[in-house]
Amino acid sequence: MKNEWPLWEVFIRGQHGMSHRHVGSLHAPDAEMAIKNARDVYTRRNEGVSIWVVEANNISASSPSDKGPLYEPSESKVYRHPTFFDIPDDVGAM
Amino acid sequence: MYAQMVQSEATEEDPAKLGEFQAKIDADIKIEPKDWMPQGYRKTLIRQIGQHAHSEIVGQLPEANWITRAPTLERKAILLAKVQDEAGHGLYLYCAAETLGVSRDEITEMLLDGRMKYSSIFNYPTLTWADVGAVGWLVDGAAIMNQVPLQRTSYGPYSRAMIRICKEESFHQRQGYDAIRKMAEGTAEQRRMAQDALNRFWYPSLMMFGPSDKDSVHSAQSMAWKIKMNTNDELRQKFVDQTVPQAEYLGLTIPDPQLKWNEDRGHYDFSEPDWAEFFDVIKGNGPCNVDRLAARNKAWDDGQWVRDGLLAHAKKKRAGKVAAE
Repeated sequence: MKNEWPLWEVFIRGQHGMSHRHVGSLHAPDAEMAIKNARDVYTRRNEGVSIWVVEANNISASSPSDKGPLYEPSESKVYRHPTFFDIPDDVGAM
Repeated sequence: MYAQMVQSEATEEDPAKLGEFQAKIDADIKIEPKDWMPQGYRKTLIRQIGQHAHSEIVGQLPEANWITRAPTLERKAILLAKVQDEAGHGLYLYCAAETLGVSRDEITEMLLDGRMKYSSIFNYPTLTWADVGAVGWLVDGAAIMNQVPLQRTSYGPYSRAMIRICKEESFHQRQGYDAIRKMAEGTAEQRRMAQDALNRFWYPSLMMFGPSDKDSVHSAQSMAWKIKMNTNDELRQKFVDQTVPQAEYLGLTIPDPQLKWNEDRGHYDFSEPDWAEFFDVIKGNGPCNVDRLAARNKAWDDGQWVRDGLLAHAKKKRAGKVAAE
């Protein structure tokens, strides 16, 4: 391993009331510099009001090959959606 | 374009997997970093995104050349912002390339030692202030032609980088047009400079799209993979059609006596650039190739102590923290 700065994933809250969203990544020697760099790289045009940075190797991710077992079970459970139930018109908005 | 003549890599893999992969692409499902992909797709993308990133970074040099000499404080601030954007664009793209398994240092070193290329256009000098306007108007204008369709490219991180870039790119072209318009509407001497800039940047801008389709052997695979969205000739034609009226508005003349509206085709007919010159520039013999690479190498070498110092500081701080716990 050479002396390369670690990779950080950057999350930005675009507006008050919104959650942080992943916007990209960058290299920085530490968290403080990562936030400073994220400000320059990802918020040059008022794109953010708050920044999170996480060192990329601290992120665990689901594997693409688990897509079936993980997400297919929810496809068959249509009753989890409100549209599954017919409510008589006379009852009004629900 | 910013990535010219990117060679597609052949792929020898399980035909069933390749079929599944192609079906995903045909269905416009994005490929993400951890998904299975053919080696050829990966390698071609590293080359293409890398070349694009290098172009953004090297592309700062011709414009930075004029920051300290911008005619007004406002123009200087605008140019600074634009050049800073180019650095940002390079960084978005490097990050996208890194998701394919190449490290930042590796890809940087490939630029520095000449194994990877950047767009031929940045090997031309910016001799006058009017050139800065011409670069924004023509070079960024040509770049946009290619970047807008690439927002729909099949590789997720590349597509997302292109979406960010396109949002910012229109500022680049408009500030360039605004700068050259000021000169075209200025004194006789300023007009002459504006025309001269157009004369010198017209054909190099046309070259940005790469060789003609009939000589471009790598397009088919890249287009099937949706990492190239349009042919070189399509984009070049679109650029000419868009730019000619913009030049007319300025009262400037496109340096091409053959340029003529073709009623039947609904497009302008125009002269091809000198492809021998293009290949010569790609080979390293353009007016600024040596300077550009020397500048990048110097920046990398001179920055070594900063990179090392900050890393050492971060390690020391972390060690102190662990000791205190």
